[in-house]
Amino acid sequence: MSIRTDYYHLWDLLSEEERLIQQMVHEFVDQQVLPIIGDYFMKGEFPTELIQPMAELGFFGATLPPEYGGQGISYTAYGLIMQELERGDSGVRSFVSVQSSLAMNSIFRFGSEEQKKKYLPKMARGELIGCFGLTEPDAGSDPGAMKTRAIPDGDSWILKGTKLWITNGDLADLAIVWARDHEGKVRGFIVEKGTPGFSANPVKGKLSLRASDTAELVLEEARVPKENMLPGAYKLAHALTPLTQARYSIAWGAVGAAMACYEEALDYAKERIAFGKPIAAFQLTQQRLVDMLTGLTNAQLLAYHLGRLADAGKMRHTHVSFAKRYNVRTALEIAREARNILGANGITIEYQSMRHAANLESVDTYEGTYQIHTLIVGKDITGLEAYA
Amino acid sequence: MKIVVFIKRVPDTGIPVQANPEGTDIVRDNLSYVLNPYDEFAIEEALRIKERGVDAEIVAVSLGDDGVKETLRNALALGADRAVHLKTEHRPFVPAVATARALADFVKEEGFDLILMGKEAVDDNQGLVGPYLAQFLQVPIVSYVVKLELGDGTLKAERETDDGAVEVEAPLPAIVTTEKGLNEPRLPTLRGIMMAKRKPIEEKPVSLEEVALSLVKLEMPPAKEAGVVIQEDFPANVEKLLQVLREKKVL
Repeated sequence: MSIRTDYYHLWDLLSEEERLIQQMVHEFVDQQVLPIIGDYFMKGEFPTELIQPMAELGFFGATLPPEYGGQGISYTAYGLIMQELERGDSGVRSFVSVQSSLAMNSIFRFGSEEQKKKYLPKMARGELIGCFGLTEPDAGSDPGAMKTRAIPDGDSWILKGTKLWITNGDLADLAIVWARDHEGKVRGFIVEKGTPGFSANPVKGKLSLRASDTAELVLEEARVPKENMLPGAYKLAHALTPLTQARYSIAWGAVGAAMACYEEALDYAKERIAFGKPIAAFQLTQQRLVDMLTGLTNAQLLAYHLGRLADAGKMRHTHVSFAKRYNVRTALEIAREARNILGANGITIEYQSMRHAANLESVDTYEGTYQIHTLIVGKDITGLEAYA
Repeated sequence: MKIVVFIKRVPDTGIPVQANPEGTDIVRDNLSYVLNPYDEFAIEEALRIKERGVDAEIVAVSLGDDGVKETLRNALALGADRAVHLKTEHRPFVPAVATARALADFVKEEGFDLILMGKEAVDDNQGLVGPYLAQFLQVPIVSYVVKLELGDGTLKAERETDDGAVEVEAPLPAIVTTEKGLNEPRLPTLRGIMMAKRKPIEEKPVSLEEVALSLVKLEMPPAKEAGVVIQEDFPANVEKLLQVLREKKVL
């Protein structure tokens, strides 16, 4: 970690292997992500050329045990990977979050032994890409309102409904689709690409997460074999469990985006001359840089301690909501501030801050909006529910 | 065959260094350290030799204080079979001849067919350890290597020199110092990092030989003065240039 973005020496608190992991991902992002990401963002495509290199380095399902293709790394180490990837781009981090925390994690937690053996090692090797279909056009913050239905029919389940805002949806070889069955239970299904009645349509016209694949999944009486139902999941809370890990990865990822923006603004402010001196020599700029660093350092400390809670088995989903809420909003504010310090240059793709700011608008909304996380923590501390 | 790779931990060159007020060391509080970039080529080459099917044992060796353990762990994560820490106290400057003497003592005991090491370290830029080592071990050294092939008891290498590429052959055992261009170093995988955790790092205490060379004082180079920009058009700019050069007593 550059010492400039590690003001409180968190580096010293990491284990040797965590440091090596962070350094490795940092170099990966410098070498392979940063040189290409601006172009992909402009084209509005996910850089599929990164899938194999990321698989070979072991990013997919890294916290899972080795028998399923994972590496058994600590949650803190997983968080550091997310942080460094999002220093590149939220879209790249989202790809890995969805593959690992949502798709692989759903199969790992709720799948049968056969399902785990069949899918997880191939997903770890990047041979199969997964997505996670919970959100619907009319059920976002309120997933219990889902309309997608699953009806048993002989040896199959018939799935009917639409899922929206699905990261990796168009690229994916398999989707974890959540639907309510004939008894009203929420169940998860592994829906493979090519299943009759199942299709994906990319979402067009995004101004955010442009280097990410976002799609609509359409299930028109899609026929899924019985053995593709996840046997361990039968209620909404199960569908929400993988989200806790995904939100965990977002809380870390936001730190990376904030680091990139803060460093860019700091470098620029020291070099850009106005009124005969670097703009970093003006009090207004210094205050803004110090505010950015304060937000960044707070977010780092939250992410780091969240990681340690997770590794100690003490992390509650409300802790994750707390960190996701604060870190993403803080990163968004830092990105906007960085763009502002960069002046007119900041609006171009030559610089990173506006790309990050645009991405973070989505990140602030997805996986539980800022407001929903407020209500989750609010309920936790007051004991009173205020959702509706 | 046994391949010994000598590696060094150096301050990250991306962060500016400062001499401490006493001039006895650099300020180390805010430094982060990396594996010497030229040594990355040495490790990578050892791994490639092994991957080409040569039955080789790769031993990564580093001399220094406890900090070098992380660098050795990195070498294990990349795929080195063993790691040896030649442990010394922290010293701000170790003369190349003392380092080479300690490394020579180690390899005489350990045995080797090939030594790979970076052409120099990016901290003190001495580039002398390899040549001293060759002298102490009485083996050939091929430096600044950008291409390497191993034969039966021999090596064939391409060296980069100011006069162009030179092809050299030498019998093994030998020392090869590596130059940018030899290969593209890989990153360690998560699997490699997790496996490296389980491999032991052998520790051997070393007392460095006192040599005639010592560090006198570290000083920062004087800050550069701002340049003079000559904005006049020809021929006034020539006049102006001559005037400036006279003022600066260059002419």
